Amino acid sequence: MNLTLKIWRQKDASSKGQMVDYKISDISEHMSFLEMMDVLNEELISKGEEPVAFDHDCREGICGMCSMYINGEAHGPDRGVTTCQLHMRMFKDGDTITIEPWRAAAFPVIKDLAVDRSAFDRIQHAGGYISVNTSGNTQDANAIPIAKEAADTAMDAATCIGCGACVATCKNSSAMLFVGAKVSQYALLPQGQVEAADRVKNMVAQMDLEGFGNCTNTGACEVECPKGISLDNIARMNRELMKASI
Amino acid sequence: MSGFFKSSIGRKVSMALSAFFLMIFLLQHLAINTLSVFSPELFNEVSHFMGTNPLVQFALQPVLIFAVVFHFVMGFILELKNKKANGAGYAKNNGAANSTWFSRNMIWSGLTILAFIALHFIDFWFPEINTKFIQGDWSGTVQGVEGYRYHEELVHKFVNPARVIAYVVAFVFLGLHLAHGFTSAFQSVGAASLRKKLEKVGVAYSILIPLGFIFIALYHHFNH
Amino acid sequence: MALDSKVPQGPLKDKWTTYKDKINLVNPANKRHIDVIVVGTGLAGGSASATLAELGYNVKAFAYQDSPRRAHSIAAQGGINAAKNYQGDGDSTYRLFYDTVKGGDYRSREANVYRLAEVSANIIDQCVAQGVPFARDYGGLLDNRSFGGVLVSRTFYAKGQTGQQLLLGAYSAMNRQIARGKIEMFNRHEMLDVVVVDGKARGIIARNLVTGEIERHSAHAVVIASGGYGNVYFLSTNAMGSNVTASWKIHKKGAYFANPCYTQIHPTCIPRSGDYQSKLTLMSESLRNDGRIWVPKHLKDVEAIRAGKLKPTDLKEEDRDYYLERRYPAFGNLVPRDVASRAAKERCDAGYGVNATGEAVYLDFAAAIVRYGTEQAKIQNINNPSDAKIYELGQKIVEAKYGNLFQMYEKIVDENPYETPMMIYPAVHYTMGGIWVDYNLMTTIPGCYAIGEANFSDHGANRLGASALMQGLADGYFVLPYTIGDYLADDIRTGKISTETPEFDKAEAEVKKRIDFFVNNKGTHSVDYYHKKLGKIMWDKCGMSRNEAGLKEAIEEISALRKDFWENVTVPGEANEFNEQLAKAGRVADFLELGELFAKDALVREESAGGHFREEHQTEEGEAKRLKEYQFVSAWEYKGEPKDAVLHKEDLVYENIEVKERSYK
Repeated sequence: MNLTLKIWRQKDASSKGQMVDYKISDISEHMSFLEMMDVLNEELISKGEEPVAFDHDCREGICGMCSMYINGEAHGPDRGVTTCQLHMRMFKDGDTITIEPWRAAAFPVIKDLAVDRSAFDRIQHAGGYISVNTSGNTQDANAIPIAKEAADTAMDAATCIGCGACVATCKNSSAMLFVGAKVSQYALLPQGQVEAADRVKNMVAQMDLEGFGNCTNTGACEVECPKGISLDNIARMNRELMKASI
Repeated sequence: MSGFFKSSIGRKVSMALSAFFLMIFLLQHLAINTLSVFSPELFNEVSHFMGTNPLVQFALQPVLIFAVVFHFVMGFILELKNKKANGAGYAKNNGAANSTWFSRNMIWSGLTILAFIALHFIDFWFPEINTKFIQGDWSGTVQGVEGYRYHEELVHKFVNPARVIAYVVAFVFLGLHLAHGFTSAFQSVGAASLRKKLEKVGVAYSILIPLGFIFIALYHHFNH
Repeated sequence: MALDSKVPQGPLKDKWTTYKDKINLVNPANKRHIDVIVVGTGLAGGSASATLAELGYNVKAFAYQDSPRRAHSIAAQGGINAAKNYQGDGDSTYRLFYDTVKGGDYRSREANVYRLAEVSANIIDQCVAQGVPFARDYGGLLDNRSFGGVLVSRTFYAKGQTGQQLLLGAYSAMNRQIARGKIEMFNRHEMLDVVVVDGKARGIIARNLVTGEIERHSAHAVVIASGGYGNVYFLSTNAMGSNVTASWKIHKKGAYFANPCYTQIHPTCIPRSGDYQSKLTLMSESLRNDGRIWVPKHLKDVEAIRAGKLKPTDLKEEDRDYYLERRYPAFGNLVPRDVASRAAKERCDAGYGVNATGEAVYLDFAAAIVRYGTEQAKIQNINNPSDAKIYELGQKIVEAKYGNLFQMYEKIVDENPYETPMMIYPAVHYTMGGIWVDYNLMTTIPGCYAIGEANFSDHGANRLGASALMQGLADGYFVLPYTIGDYLADDIRTGKISTETPEFDKAEAEVKKRIDFFVNNKGTHSVDYYHKKLGKIMWDKCGMSRNEAGLKEAIEEISALRKDFWENVTVPGEANEFNEQLAKAGRVADFLELGELFAKDALVREESAGGHFREEHQTEEGEAKRLKEYQFVSAWEYKGEPKDAVLHKEDLVYENIEVKERSYK
């Protein structure tokens, strides 16, 4: 198929960027979206132009590195996938595809479509862990039985890949789905409950400090999340913070 | 605890708590207004009670005013903060793909409601305050007329079709605001399972409350 | 230099404990004055960074990704082994050790493997304490599944995302230390050289991938945890950025590179669909617990399937060839990876491949779905359930176990694997070879360590499923933090290492020179052009089976390709900016050298062992034929061009295990 791409180009963090149009032809429907971008970049290189910079690594939907806003949606029109898992069969011959970086004040653009998500790391530094030494001298793994349902719900929250699609898609650039998932994972497990109060307070404080917006419960993040992280995690975080503050 | 209400989540919770209060108030307001359709006398009695009872006037009314002002002010603060967090914005954004129009536009439905409240205050609340607190007339009657004045005043306001149209439009926006706000408030206070259970109740509430008000406005307009 | 593995004396089961008791320690006050650099933040590097920082060392950790959480350990799906014997099925430390040595085709170092098996149980305890949400049964206790090459269920898992959960556990341990200031994290940084001062590793040269700045970092020891080199094949299950550069740089500065030819071709990957393909996606080996592998028995059915005239689900049982069950009745679909891969290749080479390119076999879940469905119907007291009901019930169980994998498959291939069998084909996955290390995990450069997939020690010629996660975490959490102390105990009075020395000047100048070459060389071909060509040579001639003629050709071709690369490569953009092509150029340059050494190693190893299959050395039944005289580790010393590399041999001695014909029949 033949396509027109409108892509955000920006030299570096301090430069002004703009949308640039590219034509691309002979794209197979079996290609992944990023393979289509590879084809474009190879063409640009052969013409002596600079290829489009974008973040990507595992290309199997788990590392959370890829991050494109495609036709007005985080990770594009398909559901339950990251950009690298999006395939060209979701598009038709002659389509115009708009490709932009994640937009949020807390995610400044590094170059073209690559953004800086270190704010997520700093939120994790504030409390995204259980304070246990890694010496291995802990009790036996089966010493504390954990109800299957709690373990499964914790796992569902823990599947977050930290890609930032929730922030990118939120009209308020809120990071609450991301933070809620981490808070939930630990809040649901007995090992995490010991320092639950401090954790939620510190992580929320850091989230606010980083300049993420507030959740207005539109639910867009849950829809666009490639891992289907549930809004329940935000509610649980709200509860945890109330409990911790009272 | 003070730190809590300064946090993003604390602000949301306070929005939700004021919303709960306002949603209860709306129910109460509609209930009394409905009386105006069935029984002007009963409506007058209840109105007089509400208008003169010290508990209502000096305890509930200030709380209501605080809740209204707080809900609006906090709404604006959050909107500004969110705008700032949002950064540059997209050239192409397909919000309809993942959320409802009314959930994304609470600020606009809210502003419409604010405009309505201004009109509503000019229509009813300022004259009431004037009569009671400035002129000191707590009788609820007009000289030379038998019985309480409330029903007559209410009906009189709905003679003007422009006002009726303004009210109807405002109530539609109130419905949109409630369509998201009702369940959203439960989510904000962390009651996720209650939110899901009450989803249908929320839809019913956000349709029936505004519809009730619209019905009353139209009823009085066509039956004066 | 003679190779000294430094394996302690004494009975196997006491070696590690006794050794730890006698090792030199650094007192806590002195640890504060010692810096350690860790390159790579996957399971090995992340866990090592966290533990070293916790012990009190000042850690500087480097990752080319934008966060440690993105290291490719995250993509491991199936699980992690541990000799917990929770299932009471006869598992033990010895049995895990035995399975691993046997699975590795008797080409790994006995003492290292035993230590790995010994600490494996600690890993599970540790991870549970860290909040890793492993799968549990209804009683609230940990669940297990079984993996290829073993007869017990010892694999712990978190859905199909075990690597992710373990990595996030290590990342959380790192976060705790980053918050305390004990780890200084350098994201989006790539190590481009190691700095050796007075014969000891004392620092690295790194490039800030955002600004392009070249930085000097000093430390008392350098730990390489940068993973494997599977991307030498261009197409592999590795992440796009996975590379050999850190390992190759230390190799060039004196670290021996061991067994480069031992590559694991994983049997269950999604087949490639076209030339534009950028990477291959793994379907977890755990699927072989429940999936049955087959191809049609008759070529006419193969043709009909390829032409779209016949659906695989319509083919009768007796017309299917469940070739693994046929050839290996004892292990069936759960034979080790090398065996399963070669068997798939054998069938496809014989013309039985089921997709358009003839490079795919079926992985079928229908039997498992029916089995689970029947069981569920009994549990739920459903009398005389219909076939559809059974299928529905069974599908739910399969979904709970492998849902994310099935979804991944459907998104890529556009077919529903609940309704039609998956198509799979082997793909490059893991590299058992790597930097040679002694029992302390130290390379032949004093003060330079290699852990996780980057080293060679534990998996021999073939790695068993769910063992990579185990090794990464064992090295990082429980082995290196002890052994490094023995070396650093001599450094307590050294003080801060200066970066203003001739050694740093020289290393930095060399790095800058190379970068300048790339951005200024106005060539004609992109970096990927060369990477793809290299990958094709590697796959065709150093792939699942190898022969002398092919390997000799590969050496010539890679050498010529490398020459072409250094003349005609083009790298757009500048040095001082975010420049992915520039970063990639450096990585491919190193792959072009490693590739040749790889072929040379494969040529020299005149036997078949594990992932290394020489066509000249096979049994009459086509199985790998191991030779006693090759029971050694090939450790290569750098001497300039790869062809000049010098071979050093570490003989492998098995005192606690009988070296046998590896049979899974």
